[in-house]
Amino acid sequence: MPSRQYQLTTRMIKILKYSFYDLMRSRWSYVYFLFYLLLGFVLLFLNNELSKAVITLMNVIIVLVPLIGTIFGVMYYYNSKEFTELLLAQPIKRSSIFLGQYFGVAGSLTMSLVLGLGIPFALYGLFESNAIWDFSLLLITGAFLTLIFTAVAFNIALSNENRIKGFGYAVLAWLFLAVIYDGLFLMSLIVFEEYPLDSFSLVATMFNPIDLSRTLILLKLDISALLGYTGAIFKQFFGTNFGLVMSICMLLLWTIIPVWRLSYVAKRKDF
Amino acid sequence: MGKISVFVGLLWLFFGNHLWAGTITVCNSCEVKTIREGIAVAADFDTLLIKKGTYKEYNIQVNKPLTIIGENYPVVDGEDQGEIITIVSNNVTIDGLFIINVGTSYTADYAAIRVVKSEDFLIQNVVLEKLFFGIYLEKCKNGKVYNNKIIGDAVDEYNSGNGIQLWYSQNIVVERNIVQHVRDGIYLEFSDNIIIENNISSNNLRYGLHFMFSNDDIYKNNTFENNGAGVAVMFSKRIKMLGNTFKKNWGTASFGVLLKEINDAEITGNTFEENTIGISIEGSNRINYSKNNFIKNGWAIKVRGACYANTFIHNNFMYNSFDLAYNSNLNDNIFEENYWSNYTGYDLDRNGMGDVPYRPVKLFSYIVNRTPETIILLRSLFMDIIDFSEKVSPVFTPDALVDAKPLMKKIK
Repeated sequence: MPSRQYQLTTRMIKILKYSFYDLMRSRWSYVYFLFYLLLGFVLLFLNNELSKAVITLMNVIIVLVPLIGTIFGVMYYYNSKEFTELLLAQPIKRSSIFLGQYFGVAGSLTMSLVLGLGIPFALYGLFESNAIWDFSLLLITGAFLTLIFTAVAFNIALSNENRIKGFGYAVLAWLFLAVIYDGLFLMSLIVFEEYPLDSFSLVATMFNPIDLSRTLILLKLDISALLGYTGAIFKQFFGTNFGLVMSICMLLLWTIIPVWRLSYVAKRKDF
Repeated sequence: MGKISVFVGLLWLFFGNHLWAGTITVCNSCEVKTIREGIAVAADFDTLLIKKGTYKEYNIQVNKPLTIIGENYPVVDGEDQGEIITIVSNNVTIDGLFIINVGTSYTADYAAIRVVKSEDFLIQNVVLEKLFFGIYLEKCKNGKVYNNKIIGDAVDEYNSGNGIQLWYSQNIVVERNIVQHVRDGIYLEFSDNIIIENNISSNNLRYGLHFMFSNDDIYKNNTFENNGAGVAVMFSKRIKMLGNTFKKNWGTASFGVLLKEINDAEITGNTFEENTIGISIEGSNRINYSKNNFIKNGWAIKVRGACYANTFIHNNFMYNSFDLAYNSNLNDNIFEENYWSNYTGYDLDRNGMGDVPYRPVKLFSYIVNRTPETIILLRSLFMDIIDFSEKVSPVFTPDALVDAKPLMKKIK
């Protein structure tokens, strides 16, 4: 039995490796990597202060990372569909195929992000500065956002044979979490302004990975003073170990559920 | 007879001066060993020269016109017993003492140096440490507090005192003092015609400068930095704040300056840098704000209503998260010819002023004023989008609240 289990894992790793190297060979992950590299250098060139660059970078990360994860995920799935079908004919477990592909894509995107931003910051003396924790948090949330949105994209692509539809749904999913959710959040805050809204806004923030990432980073930065009373409540929650663990768990949950659904649906799907 | 009387007069004057303006030296090995003894034996207008050493004394009452000079900063140690020096006479000068360990009390405001109902005093070059209240002027006139250094160790507001406190005093100059780590750096109540100049008040528990019911005062070239809540200015008329720096008052409830019920004031040439709120204004009328720099504040200006006839002209607003928050009608306040770093208009006729008006109130700032909880959406993409659409076609933000002539270049 252990040998079979081992075999399955190695197969998944093989596919993961294949997808990973496939993407590494393709131009896009270099473009993505170079984009972050350039962004990092330009930001630090314009503003030598690491902590100030972190906040500008946050704006980029919470918008761009999910968008690129979504689009890349959908594109990759549809593009490698024929290859996937070829693999399906082989005696390989389905979950290994899809999870291997997923982790290949998400892994290469995460690597582009971490290296692309990490190199310029490291060169500008990140390790001697006290912005290192803020920056690590930024990279961790960035990595989580990549994992989450690539998984969501794979799910959408898996459930839609029609490429245009799948693409549309994926962008809509991004649009919903990045923009529309905040709009609804804002509306409900204004409509129910007569009621105590602290726990509501805490919960609403927890449920959206983009909002959660933004809040986590904001609270670590100087700018959190602007949040005033509301910020104090948020700090009381997220500032504690419990809050941090809860947020990480929430992000993990956001990753695990789509990944689980991916393997669940893939197992039963009739190709 | 006339000649003799002149001669006698001269003689009297000569000896009199000699007698009365004598110098009494106080030191540990001298005939006079304590300051209190020195004051007791001194005549009016004498000079008390205090040599280097430690004098464990408190409740020293200066009840005649004297000049008390410390040589090489002699230490006056109150041993936490109570007040240290109390001046109850006119024409007293205190110079060069190092006063420590003022007693703390919950019923009396013990001070290192208290001046009571006196005129023409001078307190200079004094260093105060481990104090409760520092220099406390009570119903005084025509004095000067110059070049003193007050370093407190305040931890809690309820058991700490103020650095320099003026109460019912008039015509006082407070100049070149350094005040740190006390409750309120400089505190004025019911004090008129005061000049506060070139002081540095920093790291205080509550306010760097705090005044109430004090009219016709001038605050010039002072620096207020990193105080618990900034500077609070309330219920006063005709004050002038010129060339001061308000810096790094950063915290959830901090501000550079809080103006409450201030009328007919002039606020010119000040710098507000890195404060959560640069100026918070409430119920203040006829104030001219000009040539101020608002740099990197959370909110440059927060107007909380009941403000009329204020003019904001020729100010620089640079890199603030929000330039302006406004929760009432514009009333007759004027914003004109300011420089706004967020301004994105153009100047086709090259007259130095933008052709498109600038709207300093962002939609987000407007929403946050209505529902403070929404601040949690700070820096979310949605807010940026609606801010942008509001900028293009204003719907919610007060229509009249514009700078019709925004400057293209910042004012030097």
